[in-house]
Amino acid sequence: MSRGVLATEKRGMRELGAEEHVGWDEVTQGTLLPSFEKEVDAAHVRPEERPYSDFNSYTATVASWRVIKPVYNRDICIDCQNCWVWCPDTSIVSRDKQMLGIDYDHCKGCGVCVEVCPTNPKSLLMFGESEETEAALAKWPEKKKKAK
Amino acid sequence: MAEKMELNDIEVWDGNYAASQALRQAQVDVVSAYPITPSTPIVESYGAYVANGYVDGEFVMVESEHAAMSGCIGAAAAGGRVATATSSQGFMLMIEVLYQASGMRLPIVLTVVNRAVASPLNVRGDHGDMYAGRDSGWVQIDAFNAQEAYDLTLCAFKIGEDMDVRLPVMVHQDGFVTSHTAQNVKPLQDDVAYNFIGKYQPYEEMLDFTKAVTYGAQTEEDWHYEHKAKQHKALMDSRDVIDRVFAEYKELTGREYNRVEKYFMDDAEVAIVALGSAVETARYAAEELRAEGIKAGVVAPRCFRPFAFDGIREALENVKAVSALDRSCPMGAMGTLFNEVSAALYTNDKRPIISNYIYGLGGRDFSVAEAKRIFKEQKAHADAGHLTTPIQQFSGLRGPKLGFFETKRGN
Repeated sequence: MSRGVLATEKRGMRELGAEEHVGWDEVTQGTLLPSFEKEVDAAHVRPEERPYSDFNSYTATVASWRVIKPVYNRDICIDCQNCWVWCPDTSIVSRDKQMLGIDYDHCKGCGVCVEVCPTNPKSLLMFGESEETEAALAKWPEKKKKAK
Repeated sequence: MAEKMELNDIEVWDGNYAASQALRQAQVDVVSAYPITPSTPIVESYGAYVANGYVDGEFVMVESEHAAMSGCIGAAAAGGRVATATSSQGFMLMIEVLYQASGMRLPIVLTVVNRAVASPLNVRGDHGDMYAGRDSGWVQIDAFNAQEAYDLTLCAFKIGEDMDVRLPVMVHQDGFVTSHTAQNVKPLQDDVAYNFIGKYQPYEEMLDFTKAVTYGAQTEEDWHYEHKAKQHKALMDSRDVIDRVFAEYKELTGREYNRVEKYFMDDAEVAIVALGSAVETARYAAEELRAEGIKAGVVAPRCFRPFAFDGIREALENVKAVSALDRSCPMGAMGTLFNEVSAALYTNDKRPIISNYIYGLGGRDFSVAEAKRIFKEQKAHADAGHLTTPIQQFSGLRGPKLGFFETKRGN
């Protein structure tokens, strides 16, 4: 699985700052930015199905901020959800407690997911931004033996 | 349900207690506060109201004034009616957060008991803290006595919460001279006061989970300017709402308030422009001088912000000489009131002779005799046709006479 990020693939990304520039009379009062175009019970609607407004960063990519990226190895992952809990940018995509992959549109490459991954070897490792996923997976380290 | 408090037609309250009673009657949802002299009794009394069942809301003790205003912002964004009180150093610590409150258009009410700003440390009243708030985007209303502190605190909720305003409001009073001087105050009964303000109407509150909203977004050069201009316009436009609320309050109580207060100004030839308790001193002096044949009058901006540029111009256009009194040391410039009054007068054909007095710093007394002396000095300017003193002088200062800048221009 190269990306496994089903949520992000069909929403159409835009760069931050690409929004339409309106005048002072059209900006929102108090710089209050609504997340959705209309009322939604967000807790019970899946992320990719919510009616996001242009002010919601879900549809804006910050991928260009990243210089190193986490790569995910499905073969080792035990779906413990540690990375999902710890990711500061909700960039771990999980569905029904099964890890699907990384949201590379919002991941900033901090490495926290790698740090908290408990498997041996880790199921997430940091690689250079230009590294192809297949090449990264081919370099995956072996299981470390316990020192006796 | 909160207990009602039975109030007499006339109570003997000081400015602090008057302000705290207004907060109680407004049934504030959250008071997040860090007490400081001389405004301590406002939150102290409020805490007692909460403890004794007179308020349904929450009283939150925090670890600093920065945290106090931050707590107010959180509670206001969540959708509650919110208020707090502070003074002096506490106000200075709060300043960073004051700008956040106004930028997010949160109608918080802050009762400020004006006190000097250190160093040297001083707990007495001057306007250093009030002046430091003048660019913070808040409506700033000034009460000159305890009755006004009560009335204007009630009005502050109604002004700030108006859907056409939605801005935070400060109600100022002078430390000790107003805050700790017991005076006759005519309060409203609880229901009358609450109904005047009305039930709190939230706007885009964060606790409405069906309409998720971001407060306090970051905007850089492509957006910040437009948002600030819109906020500035809201503060400018609040003038109409303030006038309307004052008119409604007059209808209810018979007590009249104006964005620019004028006393003896119909035929005044010399005038003092001042803020705070000095206004009452100057009024008293003007009345005495009129018995001596000097047509003295007093102009007082009831609203420091939004500043009544046109109202000040109209109030002073027929005087011959006016002195703007600043109770805050401008440190290397002319006083703020002098600058703003001068600018307003400059846009008129008729420009009276204007001078600036710094007075009352750190609680230095401003007497009726001194106010009369300043009036008489204005009379001397008017008779000579030009300023006979430096433009900026110091009232009640010991040591050699201190003054800055001169002009030969007449009126």
